[in-house]
Parts: sequence; structure tokens; C-alpha cells
Amino acid sequence: MAAPASWETVIGLETHVQLRTASKMFCGCSAAFGAPPNTNVCPVCLGLPGALPMANELALQLAVRAALALGCTVHPRSVFARKNYFYPDLPKGYQISQFEQPLATEGSLSYLSPDRGIATATIQRLHVEEDAGKSLHDRFPKQTAIDLNRCGVPLVEIVTGPDFRSPQEARAYLLTLKQVLEYAGVSDCDMEKGSLRVDANVSVRRAGQPALGTKTEVKNINSFAYVEKALTVEHDRQIALLEGGGTVEQQTLLYDAKTNGVRPQRAKEASHDYRYFPDPDLPPLVLREGFIAEQQALLPELPAKKRERFVEKYALSVTDAAVLTADRGVADYYEAVVHAGADAKAAANWVMTEVLADAKDHADGLRVPAGALANLIGLVRGGTLSHQAAKRVFGEVADHGGEPRNVAEALGLIQVADAGVVTGWVSEVLVSHPAEVARYKSGETKLLQFFLGQVMKLSRGKADPKLAQRVLEERLPA
Amino acid sequence: MSDPSEALASAKATADRLVKAKRLNACLTPVGELRKALVTQAQAAHPSGVLYGMPVAVKDNICTLEFTTTCGSKILESYRSPYEATAVAKLKAAGALIAGKTNCDEFAMGSSTEHSAYGRTLHPFDKTRVPGGSSGGSAALVAAGAVPAALGSETGGSVRQPASLCGVVGIKPTYGRVSRWGLVAFGSSLDQIGVLGRSVHDAARVLSVISGRDPKDSTCEERDPLRLPNVPESLQGFVIGIPKEYFPADLDPAVRRACDRAVRLCKELGAAVREVALPHTAYAVPTYYILAPAEASSNLARYDGARYGPRFDGSADVRALYRTTRGEGFGAEVRRRILLGTYVLSSGYYDAYYRKAQQMRALIAQDFRNAFDRGVDLLFTPTTPSPAFKAGEKLDDPVAMYLSDIFTVTANLAGLPAISLPIGRVKGLPLGGQFIGQAFLEDEMLEAAYALERVVPGTEEA
Repeated sequence: MAAPASWETVIGLETHVQLRTASKMFCGCSAAFGAPPNTNVCPVCLGLPGALPMANELALQLAVRAALALGCTVHPRSVFARKNYFYPDLPKGYQISQFEQPLATEGSLSYLSPDRGIATATIQRLHVEEDAGKSLHDRFPKQTAIDLNRCGVPLVEIVTGPDFRSPQEARAYLLTLKQVLEYAGVSDCDMEKGSLRVDANVSVRRAGQPALGTKTEVKNINSFAYVEKALTVEHDRQIALLEGGGTVEQQTLLYDAKTNGVRPQRAKEASHDYRYFPDPDLPPLVLREGFIAEQQALLPELPAKKRERFVEKYALSVTDAAVLTADRGVADYYEAVVHAGADAKAAANWVMTEVLADAKDHADGLRVPAGALANLIGLVRGGTLSHQAAKRVFGEVADHGGEPRNVAEALGLIQVADAGVVTGWVSEVLVSHPAEVARYKSGETKLLQFFLGQVMKLSRGKADPKLAQRVLEERLPA
Repeated sequence: MSDPSEALASAKATADRLVKAKRLNACLTPVGELRKALVTQAQAAHPSGVLYGMPVAVKDNICTLEFTTTCGSKILESYRSPYEATAVAKLKAAGALIAGKTNCDEFAMGSSTEHSAYGRTLHPFDKTRVPGGSSGGSAALVAAGAVPAALGSETGGSVRQPASLCGVVGIKPTYGRVSRWGLVAFGSSLDQIGVLGRSVHDAARVLSVISGRDPKDSTCEERDPLRLPNVPESLQGFVIGIPKEYFPADLDPAVRRACDRAVRLCKELGAAVREVALPHTAYAVPTYYILAPAEASSNLARYDGARYGPRFDGSADVRALYRTTRGEGFGAEVRRRILLGTYVLSSGYYDAYYRKAQQMRALIAQDFRNAFDRGVDLLFTPTTPSPAFKAGEKLDDPVAMYLSDIFTVTANLAGLPAISLPIGRVKGLPLGGQFIGQAFLEDEMLEAAYALERVVPGTEEA
């Protein structure tokens, strides 16, 4: 009997992304995270009798930009719809969303799959909606507290096709999505603050089978770290079920990070008939002539494009270009360093090593101004500073500021290119290492590097290494 | 009026008249509280306002800061809005005095003001009859002479129908003419604040003040406030259409007589009159009773006892809280419409009911456009199929109650302005006729109403 074909996982993602606006989707309340409970509220987002929504223009601009960044077709006319369900953190008893006529459809996003190389996810739709409030079950014993600050915060929901074949792919897509949306400036995509949330549709099937298996929806995946874990847990669960002769039941599951398991949503939280219908309080969203083109013009160069350009323009490897363009701020910084006169390759090395390491350790980000780094690189190139010394200067400038040359002088790190002084250091080294000199004379010429190191050490990094090497070669018999 | 003492005198006289009208149960605000509020407002009112000192009562589904806003419902008992409706704010800015909150069918659902949690309103001419509804309290107060004008609201005829039954003027403006900010929603795509007045002019001047753009309501049109027309000498040049569907063979003969007389008077004023067809009229009531309840089922979801209003609980379970609060807080008619609306929006029924009703609504609106495109300026029809009916008569027969709006719902579905004015009496009871105008051409409609009002024997038997 032939072994059964292996299992294939099929995943589709629905991502909610909070748009970077100062105020909420349909009222003027602040959309800021972290205010004391129920302080950013008004009659509109509280759903008081007689209050009416007014769409936030900036949110619409950002939503259109997000759609364009994902290559979607943006529809000049879309319709807000009400999604009706009862929940204490949903004050109107419905959420304003879009249903039959969303803002945008038919986009795509290419990402690097760990399994398949460059892969493309289809974006089925992108629509605008408002967020619900928050139910806090652990604040007061046996009671649920409601915080409506988040209620009405603007979101876009981005829905992919069933395009991912592994939890790792799903994660890779999400990271790429986050990168693109951050680039486009539409969201800060901070999962910890809830500004990026993801629900996943998961099913499995025998490899080679065309039909999709029964899917489950996994919710409550609260961080990037959990994406792979949650999806792996669920695909393992489904495979175990099917291999045990059972069937997968279509249901909504909640991921529990503490137990690394999934549990079915309680029946009363389970899916409803949402009775969507066009919201009569909001006229159809008609984008005025030129609106889409304006948003297109406001989109920055996106990561994929930037990567290609870096390879071409700065003669960088694809890997280096990918590292430099991973974050828009870093990419802009790199280009600023080059524009300030630094050699492109040297600048890339500096940014990828010293700059990123420093940024990782310091919350205040890129601490050495681009111009200063360019000057520093120039000092190394011109022989004024050794690479070692330059690293010290970099750290000093990062911590305390200042012009690299002044800092280097103050620290006494300027290289000494005076042949007399360097010859003195060389003589001292040779005198104090007679054994090594003897070995060198008997043919162990690789000790040249050792002597050079000793000279640098003796000069506390100040000796011009090229000059020191030349003097060493002259003084040591071949 | 521009002397500050006159506003104060008006406030006191209004309070006295409202005390006299108390037996009607038309005003929900307690008299003591009302008297105080009127005096305070009179002292604060700016004498330069165009409505300076004019008392205007406000239907209880329109938010006010001075008084509670209960919508005639137990579920909003004692509810005080932290903000006021744009229409109310505009009235106050024009120097008007908000003369209390008027009784209405719960959440404006009804045609008799019998569906109020605070008791029915009596017809001012005959206490055994209803004043119409849902703005029955506003109509009764105006008819009783307690106030010269009152705000009402329309979703399917709730201003014009009680105006007709009480013998006063009722205007429903074009959808989008008056801001809905602060009008508690029933059927949002149909709802519009309207005005009841003892004369066309009283109603029109209030409408003019409350109309115009509002950045808080995106369905309110970006237009200047309505400018009042002059009272015309004649109706020369007007073409008035008579839609035959509004004069069926079984129409009450007295209603027909009153309308015929009004039409004859329009002709004598120089108007051309021609018969027109609005072929989809028969579908208007069923269309309305799908769309309005659908929107209502969603609009009324917020009344769950969780945040405001009384809680009818007894259980820690949130689902049970919803069930008891909504089950006990809403009256039977509201519950009926929520059920109906929930049903027509449900998956599997949406296409058969809601979507089809939307398509029919478009056809009904197209009927009107066709008539207007053929040179008709205005339509004239009876406002109601009968004068005021007996209290209790239609309570057990919701469909009979719904049919009392048969001539009014079309203007709501098409978003058109309409005005009802008294055109005669039937066995002593008032009866109205209505002009339906073209969108945002309230001025033409008002001209015709001004002219007819001057000549029609509105208080004489038809």
C-alpha cells in the first residue's frame, strides 16, 4: 500500500490595521492609545441617541494609500455598511464597516517565503471600518469593565486569499505587510498596542488535492511571535483529527498564548447573522476626481522598489540592500549618509554594523547624524583615522554629540603619518620582541601582522597602518 | 417682538396656556419645570433673533438640554441628553423659547400617539379620538392654541398625518434640508424633522430657521437656510398634478369633496391642473414597512441597558440583561417593528425583502421625477384617508393603523418636501390636503400653500 500523500496547510489572513490618525473614524475624539479608560469619548462614539457619524478625511486618505501600496484597485464609489451584533463594548449595537462595496479589491503583495522563495499573496479586499471598545474581564472580580476609548478608532481590514502553505509563510507575509504599511506611513503596525491584529483561516488537505478542507478561524493572535505558534498548533490539531478518522468542524477558535493551545469560542460569542445593510447615516463614499492620484503621489517608494534601486545605484548586494531597506528610516538615513559624500559601500557597512547595533541598544534610534557619519567615513578613507579609532569616535559622537574630527582630536586618535615617529614605534616593538624577530628571520613572515598589531597597540591606534607596514617591511630583512 | 419684557410675558402666557392644555396629555414636561425653564430661556434669549420670544414645543424624540428626551419610551425614562439637536440649537439662537417636550408614539412608531409609554394624547376637539401620530402631542398643542408652532419628526407621515387630523399645518421638508443631529433615529434614510404650525407662515418661519447645512450630519445638504417666499397674489403659471392613485374609487366621499373644493380653488387662483399617474403608489406602504423597520432594528440596538436608561435586569448574565431590558423597556409596537426589521435583514431574506424594497423605493421616486419632468410643479392629494379616528379603534389591527399613512409615506420614500394644510371639516373633524413638491423647492410648495390657505374654508364642512 502506498503511503498517503503528506498534508498541505492552507491559510488565509484577515488583518486589521489601525490607521495613523489623530482622531477617530467618525468623530473628533482622540485615537491615542493609553489614555485613562473612557476619557476619549463623545456622543458619537458612545452611540448616544441622536448622534451621527462624519467620516474622517485623513483616515480615508490613509486607507486609499494602504490600498495603493498593496496594488489594489481603489473604487471611486464604495459604501459604508452596518454590521449588527450585540456586545457590551459595541455601544451602537452595530459596527460601521464596508461589506458589498468595499473601498478596494484585487491587490497583491510579494514576500519572501521561507519555503518557496518569492511568493505572491492575493489581497481580495481592503475596507474601512471602526474599531469596537474593549471588554476588561480581569479588572474587577466577577465583573466586566468596558473601556470605550478604542471605540471608533479607524481601521482597515485587509483580507488575503487562501494563499499561504505554512505558518512560516503566513508570518513572512505579515512581516512584509507590516513593512509596506509602515513605509506607506498609514499605520505604526504595533501589535502590542493592538494597532495590527490578525485572524487566520486555517484548513488542511492531502497534497495534490484541489478542493479546500473545512476551515477554522483562529482569533486572538496578539503578537508576531504567536503567529507561527498559533497556526502550527491549529494545523497540527486538524491533521491529528483527520488522521484519527475525525472531521474538522467549521468554528471560531481562540488562541491562548499561555497554554499554546486553541479553544472554541463560547457559543454566545460565536458567529452571528450580522444583517449587513448600507448605513443610512453615511452617503456612499465617493472619492472626488483626482483623490486617488493625489494619494498615489503621496506614497513613498516602497521597500521592493527601493531594494532594487539600492542594488543598481549603490552597487550593493541584494542581501545588503534588503537589510538597508527593511526600515524606511534606516534606508533614508543610509541615503543621507551617501548624499553627504560617503562612499556607498563603506556607508552600507557602517550602517549595517555600527549604526544598527547602536539603534538596537538605544530607543532614541539613529543617534549619529548622517552628515557626521559621512565625515567619519571620510576620515577613515583619508587615512586620518584607523577603523578601530573611528568606531570609538562613533560611540563618542552617539553618546555626546560633536564633530567627528574634533572628537577624534580630543581623544588623541588622529593617525600619525610622520615617518620619524612611526619608525620610533617600530624600533621599540622590534627591540622588545627579539624572539619573534628571530622567527621572522627564519621564514615565518606572517608574523608581520603581529608586529603591525604591536605597533598599533603601542601607538594606541594612532599609527597610520600603511606607513607602519612599510617601515616594518623595510626594517625586517626579507 | 424685541422688548425683553415681551419675551418674559410670552414665556408666562405660554406656561399658562400649557397648563390649560394639560388634559390633552400632549406635553410630557411637568408644568412647574416648564414654567421655570421658559422664564430662564426668555431671560437669556437674544432680542435680535427672528423668532424672539416665540414658544416652540419640541417632540420628545429630539434631544434638548433643558428637558429629558424619552422618545415616549420606558427604555429612555428620565434620559437627559448631554447635547442638543442642531434644530433646537438653531431655534434658541433665533430667540425662540423651547416650550417643553411633546408626547409621541414610542420612537415615533405609530399613527395615533397611543403607543406612548406615558399615556395617549387626546384629540383637542374630541377626547374619544386620537390626534394622529406619531407627532400627536405637537399637533394637539398647536391645535389647542398652546403654542404657535412645534417641532415634529417624520419617517412616514408623522407630521402631516396628525396635522391633518388636528386641523393645523404640517411641513415635512426635503430629506437633507434639516439636520438630523439630535433627532433620535428611527428610519435614518427617511427621518426628517418637520414643523407643525397654526398657519403656513408660522410653520414656514420655524422651518426656515432650523434648515441649512450642518457639519455634524453628512446626510444634511450643503445648502443655505430656506428663504421664505412672499405670499403670491395668484397661482398663475403653477401646474398642479393630481395623482389618480390617491383618489381611489372607495375614497371617503367627504374627503373627496374637500379635495375637489381645494383643487377648484387652486384653479380659480390661476393654477393649471392636470391628472398624473404614479403607478407604483400601491407598493409604497409595503415598501415602507420593510425599509423603516429594517433601519429601526439596527438603530434601536443601542438601547440595551448597559450604558444609559433604566435596566430591567435581575440577572448577572449580559444576554439576560439585554433580553429583559429590551423585552420590558420597549412597547409592543416597537418590538413588532424590531422583529420585522431583523427578519427582513436576515441572511436568506435580505434579497427577497430588503433589496427588493430598495429597488421599489427607487421606482417610487422615479414616478415622482417622471411627473415633474412632464411639467408638473406640485402634486395635490388628500393627506389622510379619513379624519381623526376613535382611540383604540386600530390598536389591535396594525395593518389598518399602517394604512392611515397611505398618502404620506410616498414623499418620505422619495425624499420630497410636502405640506399638509386644513382644507375643511368632516362632521366637525378637521381634514388636511397636501402639496408634494420637488426636492429642495420648498419655496414653490410654500407659495402654493400660502395662496390656498388664504381662500380655502379650512374650518367649514366639506
